[in-house]
Amino acid sequence: MRTMKRTTGGRRTSRALLRDVALVCLADGIVGLSFGATAVAGGLPWWLPVAMSLLVFAGGAQFAAVGVVLAGGSPAAAVAAGAVLNTRLFPYGLAVADVTGPAGPPGSPRGRWWVRLLGAHLVTDESVAFALRGDGPAGRRAGFWTCGAALFAAWNVAVLLGAAVGSAVKNTAAFGLDAAFPAVLLALALPTLADRRTRAAAFAGASAAVALTPFLPAGLPVLAGLGGLAAGWRPRRPGRLRGRLPGRLAGRLPGRRPGRSRRGAAG
Amino acid sequence: MPLLAVAALAAVTYAFRLAGPLLRDRVTVPPAAQRLLSSAAAVLLVSLAATSALTAGHGFAGWARPAGVLAAGVLAARRAPFPVVVVTAAAVTALLRLGGIR
Repeated sequence: MRTMKRTTGGRRTSRALLRDVALVCLADGIVGLSFGATAVAGGLPWWLPVAMSLLVFAGGAQFAAVGVVLAGGSPAAAVAAGAVLNTRLFPYGLAVADVTGPAGPPGSPRGRWWVRLLGAHLVTDESVAFALRGDGPAGRRAGFWTCGAALFAAWNVAVLLGAAVGSAVKNTAAFGLDAAFPAVLLALALPTLADRRTRAAAFAGASAAVALTPFLPAGLPVLAGLGGLAAGWRPRRPGRLRGRLPGRLAGRLPGRRPGRSRRGAAG
Repeated sequence: MPLLAVAALAAVTYAFRLAGPLLRDRVTVPPAAQRLLSSAAAVLLVSLAATSALTAGHGFAGWARPAGVLAAGVLAARRAPFPVVVVTAAAVTALLRLGGIR
């Protein structure tokens, strides 16, 4: 990566980045292993989880779609569940749009179009988390591409291995593999939760998503969780709300903030 | 699940992925909206973590899985390395199930 060999400081950062990416790849490798194993142990042909991982490359949607099929749902329902879950990739794409294309000054001609197309395929929970953690534009770019490329390789190798394991081991739940995916997501999200407003929004959103799960089709509750943004976001007009409720207290009361409703912010 | 279904899911997924960068070229996103989008990504991550830890289908996933994820979350908050976090999640869940707790 061009941005990674500039200064000594940059090199130190890039080494830390490579280490963190390797650890995420290892962790997601375990998740990929569990995906391949779960799918094949459930009776699907070995090439199905493998093709899915190459073409869809989104762990949550892959689990959701295969879960629907293994639970007896139709292929259409499986596609719908996965697709709805992947709508989050749209806001992700907007959030990291500055780094998924080729490097260069903003507004420069289109650049290499295939880099842009390739970058889009690498938009995942993990690569976006690394982009958001990166320092400055160069750090964001390095985080996104390093994580995205390494994860694509690691994920697909792991799913292939898992498919092989799945044909040998039948009861994958006994190994607790289903806990691996939520654990990875939680570990990824934790650093971003240092910010109090983000934390309030995430807590409100997650509560809403869990509460709505019994009533909505698979995939929708997570999107409904975006409503939690209303709990963490407020207009940048100092003094307007402060007189009515102390800021710290307001932050603790998701959904009960004074003033106009901010629910529209979620869309 | 036929290959056609996989292809359909792949196409829809890729469309969502590409829409962000493409639209970003045509509209300028103000800093406040950028912050909101970053926040939205964090909210989605945590919501997905919570639902996949606590629920299976439309119901409760049982105690073993959330307990494993909780143990992993505590380790992650203490900055344990990622593989340790994930192996802990699977190990705690597996041990609880071995002990008869679903």
